[in-house]
Amino acid sequence: MTQAHPARGLLALPLRIFVKLGVLPFFLIAAMVIFAVLSPNFLTPQNLMNVARQSVYLVLVSLGQMLVLISGGFDLSVGTVIALSSVVSALVMTALAPVFPDAVWLVIALGALAGFAVALVVGAINGIGVALFDVSPFIMTLGVSSVGTGFALFLTGGVPVSGLPFAFGDTFGFGKVLGLPVPVAIALVAIAAMWLFMARTRAGARVYAVGGNIKAAHLSAINTRGVLILVYGLCALIAALTGLLLTARVESGEANLGGTIAMESIAACVIAGVSLRGGIGRVENVVLGAFFIILVQNGMNLAQISSYMQMVLIGLLLILAVIFDQLRYRLIVKG
Amino acid sequence: MTSPLLETRGLTKAYPGVLALNAVDFTLLPGEVHVLFGENGAGKSTMISLLAGANTPTEGEIRVRGVPVRFASVADAQAQGIYTVFQEFSLIPTMTVAQNMFLGHEPGPGPFLAPGEMRRRAAATLAELGFAIDPGATVARLSRAQQQMVEIAKAMQGALSVLILDEPTASLTDREVDQLFDVVKRLKAEGVGIVYISHRVHEFERIAERVTVLRDGAKIGTAPMAEMSEEALVDMMAGREIRDIYPEIARTPGAVVLEVEGLAAPGVFDASFTLRRGEVLGVAGLVGSGKSRLFRAVMGLAPTLAGKVRFKGQDITRAPTRRVVKAGAWYLSPDRKHEGLILAETPFGNLRMDLMLDGGPVLSLAALRRRAAQIFGHVELPEAYRPRTVAKLSGGNQQKVLFGKAFGHDADLYIFDEPTVGVDMGTRAALYRLIAELAEAGKAVVVISSDLPEVMNLAHRALVLANGRITARLEREELSEDAILRHFFDGADPGAATVAPELQGDLA
Repeated sequence: MTQAHPARGLLALPLRIFVKLGVLPFFLIAAMVIFAVLSPNFLTPQNLMNVARQSVYLVLVSLGQMLVLISGGFDLSVGTVIALSSVVSALVMTALAPVFPDAVWLVIALGALAGFAVALVVGAINGIGVALFDVSPFIMTLGVSSVGTGFALFLTGGVPVSGLPFAFGDTFGFGKVLGLPVPVAIALVAIAAMWLFMARTRAGARVYAVGGNIKAAHLSAINTRGVLILVYGLCALIAALTGLLLTARVESGEANLGGTIAMESIAACVIAGVSLRGGIGRVENVVLGAFFIILVQNGMNLAQISSYMQMVLIGLLLILAVIFDQLRYRLIVKG
Repeated sequence: MTSPLLETRGLTKAYPGVLALNAVDFTLLPGEVHVLFGENGAGKSTMISLLAGANTPTEGEIRVRGVPVRFASVADAQAQGIYTVFQEFSLIPTMTVAQNMFLGHEPGPGPFLAPGEMRRRAAATLAELGFAIDPGATVARLSRAQQQMVEIAKAMQGALSVLILDEPTASLTDREVDQLFDVVKRLKAEGVGIVYISHRVHEFERIAERVTVLRDGAKIGTAPMAEMSEEALVDMMAGREIRDIYPEIARTPGAVVLEVEGLAAPGVFDASFTLRRGEVLGVAGLVGSGKSRLFRAVMGLAPTLAGKVRFKGQDITRAPTRRVVKAGAWYLSPDRKHEGLILAETPFGNLRMDLMLDGGPVLSLAALRRRAAQIFGHVELPEAYRPRTVAKLSGGNQQKVLFGKAFGHDADLYIFDEPTVGVDMGTRAALYRLIAELAEAGKAVVVISSDLPEVMNLAHRALVLANGRITARLEREELSEDAILRHFFDGADPGAATVAPELQGDLA
């Protein structure tokens, strides 16, 4: 006992930060230092603004992913939902544009609605599979992502759907509101709404409860199946929102959008201290976690690290984060 | 006579092949503690699950204040004021005490929460109950006793009219039990009816008005507690005379099997002892005394820091568990759900691994099954339960499966760590007979137990541990409750008195 004391004193503060916030603060500081040394352009306000704008899409998907992770599952089909909603909304918009040539916004609204609707179907299928049929989230969402990607490719023949209304890309891809790029503004609203939901609503508390101990939640008169269906549904809806924003940005409906985002969003959450066992996770940290991933990618680009090596590093970071998550869970639960 | 709060008529629950509960009539009056008593598997758990709304009856009805009800969920039962504190707690370990207390009925406007109000009301309830627990603490960091208190506090949040307590004192200290009983008495005074399930007969007369005895799913009888004696209750429960559940174990010491010299492990200091064939060595001590860790270190389940362990003349100091087991030592874990059994497997599936330890590389499935059937017959596991998964068996039958594993292959040293934890008396008698049989067959047996009568009645000699050290070595003639208890606090150096909870370091 006595030998351990000096080391404890020295490690006490970092250890407390680690237990409270997870591995993210350490990762962020390390990334800042390393990339600042590697590239003089990295720490410029301009570049950091750039990172903020690029991170919008991952931040949004990670918010949905976080919901599912906290409930004790995970969602591999977020990328597929992005592709499907992109393709379906683009097809609807291009089909309706000649029908209502004078009502561009109606066309956009109906297209977006179609994108959300198809996402809701995917989310409901995930939720029902996991909640009612006890399919493991891994298999359920893996299977669904194959089905969804197949449909997206089938609908388009693998060719991007172009010819979207100009106003769509102009507003949601490149527009500004109150001096902020529209995607950034939408992300800020989504972050605020998600924070409110998780920290201050009954439904949010139940998501934590279901992930913390689903049997106990059931005995506490919580509709655990309903909660699971809700989180998969919400996750898919947020992914669809991301899909629409990306579609506006690239100005076409594409079946290959969101290819690596499932892994990246899980990595962002885990690095941000969301427990893979469920029950633990905070919105504000997840936003930082997604920001961190984009920051690392940006830093590696500036340092001229090849995109192939970047994949290697992101994968390693994820695994490292999970190892730290295990240690942290032990510290939290076993005291 | 006041009308009953809760009443069941012909309550029946059938599972394929098993009648878990058979036409039970039961009444609970306001302000009454009504004990449900019976062996594991007698139907108590089924009865509770029906009253709590966690399960639906096959036949019969439940009436609340005279009105027939059907509970589709726990929420339905709670809406009627029926609240159950299950053995497996309904707490979320990652959430705070206050969040847990209001789980499922959080205060706040519309869909929103009111964290401040939640914390204030939680603190008020905890204070009213006299529980010194911080409402902001994470549940995972509380002791089991404190978690129990949070469960009860949680029940107090709704309009409580019936409280069902399932084995509430199983993990509490005497002082905590007193505290719990104070709460029970207060609730009684307020007119709450309490269904109380416990194996601890001596507790009943302190709090109970009436007792209902169940056996094999059927009601044997209901009687006022004042008219019942402990013996009569036990006889009613078991349907046979089992007052003398401890067998006489013949002592024929043979060669030395285990020699432990100056062993040190986390929480264990300088332990030395020897064990001979044909001997039962009892090991007593408080939780955290190191009694379990000492033997976990011997088995290679905890690190050995210093000292020597010799087994049948072989040096097994720091040997991995696999080697120790192959050398002929067998350890029965106190935690059958996490360390002992594969819950999703059948009893045979659990035994298979142990049976395979002895055979050659090619196995005959038929031979394994024959051997398993023989062993399950030996440990008295009822035939009807053998095809089921272990998770669905009662605690007593699970323990029989675990004991079956001990007979799966031939060992020379058997270490039983809390062999009868959460097991009813009928099963205990059977398990004790098995322990006796092993010792009389010339095996060396260790019984580590927190249950003093168990150590006193089974052991030929005993070690007492306190604060990680062996504080006494007692021979059969010297074994008495007083003699053992005297040494529980020996060697307590006030500065070093903080010993970590028992299994923490070992399982991490």
